[in-house]
Amino acid sequence: MLNLKQRRRIQSIAMGTLGWLVALTIFFPIFWMILTSFKTEIDAFASPPQLIFSPTLENYLSINERSDYFHFAWNSVVVAFGSTIIGMLIAVPAAYSMAFFETKRTKSTLLWMLSTKMLPPVGVLVPIYLLFRDLGLLDTRLGLVIIYTLINLPIMVWMAYTYFKEIPKDILEAARMDGATLLQEIWRVLLPMSKGGLASTVLLSLILSWNEAFWSLNLTASEAAPLTALVASYSSPEGLFWAKLSAVSTLACAPILIFGWVSQKQLVRGLSFGAVK
Amino acid sequence: MNTTTLKQDANNVSAGKESLTGIAKQNAKMSRYMVSPSVLVLMLWMIVPLSMTIYFSLIRYNLLYPDDNGFVGLENFEFFLTDESFSAGMSNTLILVGAVLLITIVFGVLISVLVNQPFWGQGIVRVMLISPFFIMPTVNALVWKNLLLDPVAGVFTAISKFFGAQPIDWFTDYPLFSIVMIVSWQWLPFAILILMTALQSLDQEQQEAARLDGAGPWALFRHLTLPHLARPIAVVVMIETIFLLSIFAEIFTTTGGGPGYDTTNLAYLIYSQALLQFDVGLASAGGLIAVLLANIAAFFLVRLVGKSLTDK
Repeated sequence: MLNLKQRRRIQSIAMGTLGWLVALTIFFPIFWMILTSFKTEIDAFASPPQLIFSPTLENYLSINERSDYFHFAWNSVVVAFGSTIIGMLIAVPAAYSMAFFETKRTKSTLLWMLSTKMLPPVGVLVPIYLLFRDLGLLDTRLGLVIIYTLINLPIMVWMAYTYFKEIPKDILEAARMDGATLLQEIWRVLLPMSKGGLASTVLLSLILSWNEAFWSLNLTASEAAPLTALVASYSSPEGLFWAKLSAVSTLACAPILIFGWVSQKQLVRGLSFGAVK
Repeated sequence: MNTTTLKQDANNVSAGKESLTGIAKQNAKMSRYMVSPSVLVLMLWMIVPLSMTIYFSLIRYNLLYPDDNGFVGLENFEFFLTDESFSAGMSNTLILVGAVLLITIVFGVLISVLVNQPFWGQGIVRVMLISPFFIMPTVNALVWKNLLLDPVAGVFTAISKFFGAQPIDWFTDYPLFSIVMIVSWQWLPFAILILMTALQSLDQEQQEAARLDGAGPWALFRHLTLPHLARPIAVVVMIETIFLLSIFAEIFTTTGGGPGYDTTNLAYLIYSQALLQFDVGLASAGGLIAVLLANIAAFFLVRLVGKSLTDK
């Protein structure tokens, strides 16, 4: 007969093994994509698929051959950072005001902001497309920045709001007693105290903008197309370039994967609108 | 200004409360202006395009014949609703949302409970489990379509050959199932991420006590773990429904809605009517129906979780 301690130990090993198996299965497509990016096109399309091969950096070195990779990457960077910066400038004051000067309408305003996320993008695709055409915003980075700012704003307000809520009101009031102006109060007291929370708000906004693939596919052609659109262009049946596709995909996903790993705990709060901490 | 002096000052605040009310009032007034930019831009974002959609849905408007537009009443809606593409799009949307929700919630709960016990390499396991959520949808779609599901050189083909089974041409023979599979792969990690984090706040002592009272693993799961996860599950359902109702990139890059209408959901259908067939009127009618559908879903979802979001 095993005693309780031994039974627990065996159970823990069994659970651990199963956990590893599940994780490896779920991670496999990413692993395979990275592996394929180091193959030659012939090895990449070999049947059966090869686990052992002589690795090559050729796909990464010739990444600019088919299309100007850096042009698309730069678009992604500009659009993601642009929309995040503008979004923060609008969201932080709103979250501050709702967290520290709560009124009767605060809760319903917050819920209303959440409800704008429920408006399906297809419902406004046509008018946005036509408006953008008439305003000359089609296929411009500015156009995408505007859209991404708007679609991520509710999440940013919510996330900043839940972080601000945790700061004791007294501290802000004390600063006010010392004669701090509103701007000083926000800049010198509030922001330093919520650095971590605001950093993860920024990260979440970057991740969402970087990976957004409805508006970027519909509103851009070549000038302002970000990486999501570049990858989508590999779906055309002009010939199979699996190794190059994998290299481009790996590069496009790497920064966001790392952001995600670093900030997984804090992201939960933003992604769940503050319901899970 | 450092925090210690601030805290001391905070103690003095109650004494000076009288003089504070003046400043507080002033700030409260100013803070109202701080909400308005957010409210204003979101208001514009809702109202302007939506009213344009309503207007377009009532007129004849094709970008190929831009001058031929007149009021047609509800004709666009009639065309949209009676076309065979609508019933296909509608049922595909519902199947896609339903199937992915079911898969991600069931497996999400099981996996997050599984990895909640301490074991060797827990940190790495968690990182691997959540990774697919951070992969962009177009990469997800193309990696699955080519590297994994390709009928000639895909990994799945190799696996079925290894077991002596007939390789499956996934996107031709089971197109909607394939879409469900790749979308689930993306959203299962989201469920795991939320539920895993929620489990960490589960009361360990309570669990231990219940175990000592002789509660089996099933009873523990049923009466302690599941109730604790009720709210996070509701949140996962809400967020996933919002995004799954408008799945687009995964279909755009793999099947293009086909074969036939087999993988056309409402989002893709409206896109194809607007930007492939240039029928703005018809697409707008479809867009409004999508909005209506989302609102019905939102009505129940906000009821489900909205209260727990703001009651804290």
